[in-house]
Amino acid sequence: MASSSIAEIPVIWFQASTCTGCSVSVLNSASPTIKNLLIDEVIPGKHINLRYHATVMAGQGEAVFAELDRTSDTRKGAYLLVVEGAIPMAENGVYGCAGEKDGQPIPLATTAERLSRNAMAVIALGTCAAFGGIAAGAPNPSGCVGVDRLLHQRGIDVPLINVPGCPPHPDWFVGTVASILLSGLPKSDELDEHKRPKAYYGKLIHENCPRRAYFEEGKFAKKFGDPGCLNELGCKGPVTYADCPLRLWNNGTSWCIASGGSCIGCVEPGFPDLLAPFYQKLTDEALPAIGKGQ
Amino acid sequence: MTKIVIDPVTRIEGHLKIEAVVENGEVKDAQSSGMLFRGIETILRGRDPRDAQRYTQRICGVCPTSHSTAATLNLDSAFGIADKIPDNGRLMRNLILGAAHIADHTLHFYHLAALDYVDVTAIARYDGNDPTLKSVKEFAQRGELGPFVPRYEGDYRLSTEGNIQALAHYVKAFEMRRKAQELAAIFGGKLPHNCTIVPGGVAEVPTVDKIASFLWKLNEIRDFIDSVYIPDVLSVAEAYSDYFTVGAGCGQLLSYGSFDLDGSNPDLTRRQRLVQQGTTSTNLNADALDTSKIAEYVKHSWYDESTSGRHPTSGETKPHINKNGGYSWIKAPRYDGKVFEVGPLARMMVSYANGNAEAKALVDSVLEHFKASPGAMFSVLGRHAARALYTKLVADAMPAWLLQLKPGEPAYIDYEIPDEATGMGLVDAARGALGHWVEVKGKRIANYQCVVPSTWNFSPRDDNDQPGPVEQALIGTKIKDESNPFEIVRIVRSFDPCIACAVHLVTPKGTDLGKYRVS
Repeated sequence: MASSSIAEIPVIWFQASTCTGCSVSVLNSASPTIKNLLIDEVIPGKHINLRYHATVMAGQGEAVFAELDRTSDTRKGAYLLVVEGAIPMAENGVYGCAGEKDGQPIPLATTAERLSRNAMAVIALGTCAAFGGIAAGAPNPSGCVGVDRLLHQRGIDVPLINVPGCPPHPDWFVGTVASILLSGLPKSDELDEHKRPKAYYGKLIHENCPRRAYFEEGKFAKKFGDPGCLNELGCKGPVTYADCPLRLWNNGTSWCIASGGSCIGCVEPGFPDLLAPFYQKLTDEALPAIGKGQ
Repeated sequence: MTKIVIDPVTRIEGHLKIEAVVENGEVKDAQSSGMLFRGIETILRGRDPRDAQRYTQRICGVCPTSHSTAATLNLDSAFGIADKIPDNGRLMRNLILGAAHIADHTLHFYHLAALDYVDVTAIARYDGNDPTLKSVKEFAQRGELGPFVPRYEGDYRLSTEGNIQALAHYVKAFEMRRKAQELAAIFGGKLPHNCTIVPGGVAEVPTVDKIASFLWKLNEIRDFIDSVYIPDVLSVAEAYSDYFTVGAGCGQLLSYGSFDLDGSNPDLTRRQRLVQQGTTSTNLNADALDTSKIAEYVKHSWYDESTSGRHPTSGETKPHINKNGGYSWIKAPRYDGKVFEVGPLARMMVSYANGNAEAKALVDSVLEHFKASPGAMFSVLGRHAARALYTKLVADAMPAWLLQLKPGEPAYIDYEIPDEATGMGLVDAARGALGHWVEVKGKRIANYQCVVPSTWNFSPRDDNDQPGPVEQALIGTKIKDESNPFEIVRIVRSFDPCIACAVHLVTPKGTDLGKYRVS
C-alpha cells in the first residue's frame, strides 16, 4: 500500500469541564462513521491521527498524558486541538483537574492553555467549550468560561473555530474538520461574529422550521402533542441559528421540534441563562439580548 | 511498598485518577476521589422546575436519558400527577430509556472495557478478505497507532483469531450503539440530551410508521445482543476466568428498579417494574426499598461538615475547598448506614433474589455455563455478565411495549406548577440507582439534589470511615505486574464509572513511599 503518500494529521481531543455528550454525539456520526474517522483516510490522502481522546484511547496514566507533551513539543503548529467542555477558572482552577505534576493536580485551564499555544488551530466543540454553557449557568459555581475567553485572558493568538451545540451535531464537527483538511483554516467571512461556521449556523431555526406555516397562520400548540407552532410552549427557534430543521439528528431520524419537544437554543452564546426558562414563551424584549456576545 | 499512580484513567466518562499502595504484590490501601465540581444542583436553584429535565441531562452526556427520566418522575410527583401519566407516555419513556441503556452497555463493553482484554495488534497477522479488517490492518501497518497505543502490555490472553474477531466486533459495535441512539431518537427527538421526555408524559405522539421503524431497528440490535455481545462476554470470561474471583467489592447491592409496567401507583418504591427495586447481598435475601434509609456523608468530601448525614430531601451542596480530612468532590451516600454497590449487577441480583423469572433464567444460564455459584457474580466478570444479560432482558421486553402503544392518542397531560411541593424521582440509570429530589417554593426550585450511581460506587470513606464500594473492591487485590497493573483498571472499569469525576487512591497517612510511575 502507498502508506508514504498518506499525510497523518495529529489531533488532540482534550476534555475539560464536560459531560462527554459532545464525544457521544460525534460517535453518532453516520457518514463518515466513527470507524472511518479513526482508521481510514477521512479525506483521500489524509488520515486523522487521534493522539489523545480520554474516552476511546487504550492507554492510561502518565504515558498518555506524556503524549500531550510529545505532540505539542514535536508537532508545533501542525496539530489540531479539539477542546470539549468549559474551563473552570475559579480558585485557580481547583474545581477541575486532570493529571498531576510533582504530586500536585494540574488544573484543566493550565493544560488547555499549554496545548492551545502550539496548536495549528483550536476547535471549541460544544457550547461549554465555545461559550461556557451549562456549567457557566448562574451562579457559575466553578467560574467556567469558554476557550475564547481563556485565550483572550492568557494572551494566546491562535485561530479558533467555535462549533457549539449541547451537544453539537456530528456533521458540524466532521464538516469543520474535513474543510480544514481540504482547504485549510476557514476564512474570516466563513465564520459568524461568534466564530461559528456560517455553513451550519447561518440561518435561524425559525426560517426553515416545518412548523413555520402554523406560525404564519397563528395556530399555536397549547400543550405538548398538539399540532401547531411551539412558540407558546417556549420554543427558542426564532432566536437560534442552526440548520437542525434541514439536517435532522441521529442519521436523519428526527430533531427537537419535529418530535414535539421545543428548541432550547443550545447553540447560542447566551445558553442557558438568556434562553431559560425553556418552557416560557419568548418575549419581544428578550430577543435583542440573545446571540449578542458573551 | 510501591505507590502506583495512574492519572488519568481513560475509557470512562470524565477524568479519573488512581493512586494505589501495593505491598508484597497486594493493594493495601485505596481512596476514591472525584476531582471535578460543576455544581449543577446549585445552578438549578431559583429556576423554573420544569427546566430541571433539561439541566440534569447535562450532568452526563453518556446517560442523559436516565437523568431526564429521574427528573420527570421527580417533577411528576412534585406536581401531583405521578399516577396520571397516560400509558402512551409511560411506554414511550420506557422505550427511549431502554434504547439508551442498550447503547450505553454496548459502548461500555466494546469501547470502554474491551481494550483491557483484547490485543488490537493481532490484526497484523490477519490475512483474510473482510474489507473492514483489511482497512484496520492497513491502518496498523502505517504505524501511527493512536489511539490504540500506548497501552498496558502483557496480559492479553485471547487467541489471534479471538483477538481479530473481537476487533471486528469492536467496529460492528460502533454501528450498533449508534443505531441504538437512533432508536432512542425515534421517540426522543435527538440523542444525546433528548427533548421529548417532559413532566406530564412525552411530547412526541406515537404513529404507526414510527412504531414499525422502531421495531425493526430494535430487532437488528437484538440479533447483535444474542449472537455477538453475550457470546463475546462469555468468550472473554472463559479466557480470564480468574476475574470471577477479583474485585468482589462490598457485597451489598441496591436497585431502584427500572421500566414502569404500570403507572397507577404513585409510590415509586412499590411500583411494578421490569427490573425490581430493593436491596440484596451475598446471602441473596430480598429486602424492600426504604428511601428514608438513604443519607449522604461528607466527612471526607470537600463539602461543609454541617451538611453531613442528611437525607437528600434536606441535602445541601456547599463546597469547602481543602477541608481537613477531605479527599473528594464526591459525597458518600449510605443506605441504613451501610455501603451499597449499584449498577447492572445490583439490578439483576435484586431481581434474582425477588424470584424474577427472566432475570433468574439469564443469570442461572451463565452460572451453569461456568459451573459457578451465585457468589461468582460479585466480581469483575460478574458485573460484565450482568450488564450483558440486563441488556438482553430489556431489549426483549421492548417489542411488547411498542405494541401496547395507541397510535395517535395523547402521551401527555397538562398540569399546574404548585406554589409549594416536594418530589422524588427514582430510576435505575444504566450505571445504577439514580435519585432526584426537589423542593418547590413560589413555583421555583428551592432545592434540588441528585444522588447519582457513581456517587454510590465511587464514594470516599463515610463518617464512620467505611471505604466506598470501589475502594473495597480494590483493597486486597493481588497485582501481578506493578508496571502494567491490569487488575486495577479492570476492576475500576467493571463499575463503568460515569460522572464527570475522578478517582484518587492515596497512601495511608504519613507513609513515605518510593513512587513508581506506571505508564
